[in-house]
Amino acid sequence: MQAAEFQAIYVMWLRQMKRFIRSKSRLASTIVQPLFFLLILGSGFRDATFEDIPDYLSFLAPGIVTMAILFSSMFTGISVLWDKQFGFLQEVLVAPISRFSIIIGRTLGGATVALIQGVIILLISLGLGVDISGIFGLLLTLIFMILIAFTSVGFGLVIASKMEDFQGFQLIMSLLIMPLLFLSSAFFPVTANPTMKTIAIFNPLFYMVDGLRGSLVVDVPTVNHPLFDLLVVVVMCIIMMGAGSYLFSKSEV
Amino acid sequence: MDIIKTDDLTKKFGDLTAVDNISFSVKKGEIFGFLGPNGAGKTTTIKMLTTLLHPTNGSAKISDFNIAKDRDKVRKNIGVVFQEPALDTELTGRENLDYHARMYGIDRNERKTRIEDVLHLVDLEDKKDVFVKNYSGGMKRRLEIARGLMHYPNVLFLDEPTLGLDAQTRRAIWEYIKKMNKKEGTTIFLTTHYMDEADYLCDRVGIIDHGKILVIDSTENLKNSVGNDVITLSCSDVDGLIKRLEQEDWIENIERHESLLTLGVEKGDEKIPIIIEISQSQNIRIKSISVRKPTLDDVFLHFTGRTIRNQETADIKLPPRFRSRRR
Repeated sequence: MQAAEFQAIYVMWLRQMKRFIRSKSRLASTIVQPLFFLLILGSGFRDATFEDIPDYLSFLAPGIVTMAILFSSMFTGISVLWDKQFGFLQEVLVAPISRFSIIIGRTLGGATVALIQGVIILLISLGLGVDISGIFGLLLTLIFMILIAFTSVGFGLVIASKMEDFQGFQLIMSLLIMPLLFLSSAFFPVTANPTMKTIAIFNPLFYMVDGLRGSLVVDVPTVNHPLFDLLVVVVMCIIMMGAGSYLFSKSEV
Repeated sequence: MDIIKTDDLTKKFGDLTAVDNISFSVKKGEIFGFLGPNGAGKTTTIKMLTTLLHPTNGSAKISDFNIAKDRDKVRKNIGVVFQEPALDTELTGRENLDYHARMYGIDRNERKTRIEDVLHLVDLEDKKDVFVKNYSGGMKRRLEIARGLMHYPNVLFLDEPTLGLDAQTRRAIWEYIKKMNKKEGTTIFLTTHYMDEADYLCDRVGIIDHGKILVIDSTENLKNSVGNDVITLSCSDVDGLIKRLEQEDWIENIERHESLLTLGVEKGDEKIPIIIEISQSQNIRIKSISVRKPTLDDVFLHFTGRTIRNQETADIKLPPRFRSRRR
């Protein structure tokens, strides 16, 4: 690869970062929203008893971290639609750089932003008294976070390539992502209800939440071994990134 | 030397032939313009030449690089200013230029001086650290032109460079285009549906309609082809007057457009009394008559049989957000 390609990747990344830092409303909303979930659900359900779960907040925290990363990265993927609508995409596509570099840079930028948000939520949960399992667990958590970010950017790219406007995005968020998130055991355990448990097997978000929970916190039982979840998430990540970049490179302006 | 050369370039979208077998060439250093109404195929041609669309048929070369096979080399050699603004409004003007330069592989020192140069060219030096979302329409256009020039392109494509701008800003943009053509020696390929724009800027103009090129020539020659002066008149019996005037050999050409008659003549002001005398002798009453220098409007009328304005009101393909801006 030539130096210009690296520069292109860097530019795409830098652009995402600058836009993120400058957009105060986005910064606030993407952190405040998960924080509300964490605080309100956390304190509301703290006294409720779930089977096998000694501390609800420790159960909830990994779910909220997943949610924060998921929303933020999907937004990055979808924001290709903005660029298409406001014409900036043309400027990028007419430059002498490969589409591959454009996607890599954009994905890295989106993933970085999402990770920053995820880490902030993580730190807040630690401050609220969530027990973590140790250094190795934290490392594995980070790997999960990165994979979740990449998978979601890929998914966002798929939607952006197939969709003309933002109405479709709203529809997908409320009809697909929200139900999947509720059924992913992010907010409450799905093990008690057999139907929910069966659905969870086919729910991509379940493996993300379950894996992140298994690696991050102690004393909270998970369905699968974290490493098994990791394997599933890696496969999903490869598929989503592949599909996203393929569809993006095919799309014409 | 030909810097752009196309051979039977064609683009079809399903059944619609947007660009129909066009062949033309643009010389190094000139300002070449495509003049035609909306939907004539101008933007599609630019998108093909700038490698954003694949031609259905035919080929084109820019600086001897094939637009289909050597896309990256073509991209390095061209700058593009699109019809719709293509800036990142969340970044400052300088950042937009800097990111552009990086993508074209320009190194740090060069970037710095070049950004100063192009900003100076379009008089935006003092606005370089302002976010683009706070720029006016004219400033955005100027920044885009500056950006198009950043990487020293051999050819700069300008797609409707003054669409939606007020008269004063348009004139300023024209001056910038002329300046960079002269100073940097950049060949310019522009499209427009404004007659005065093509007339003022272009060395040569191609008139394009329904995806076909009707004529290509210098603006001077094109205007001469309709006569030195143009007399436009309306009268009570157009057919009768045409019949009588066809006998006069000092009239270079006679054309009828609905109820109007245009005549191409030498020394138009001296001919008006003669025409009035002739029509009176035929008992034809002249309702109005005027003489003027020919414009590209007349040329367009001559080659297509209608004015661009007629075409425009019939045209409904414009996206809604442009509709309100049209006069």
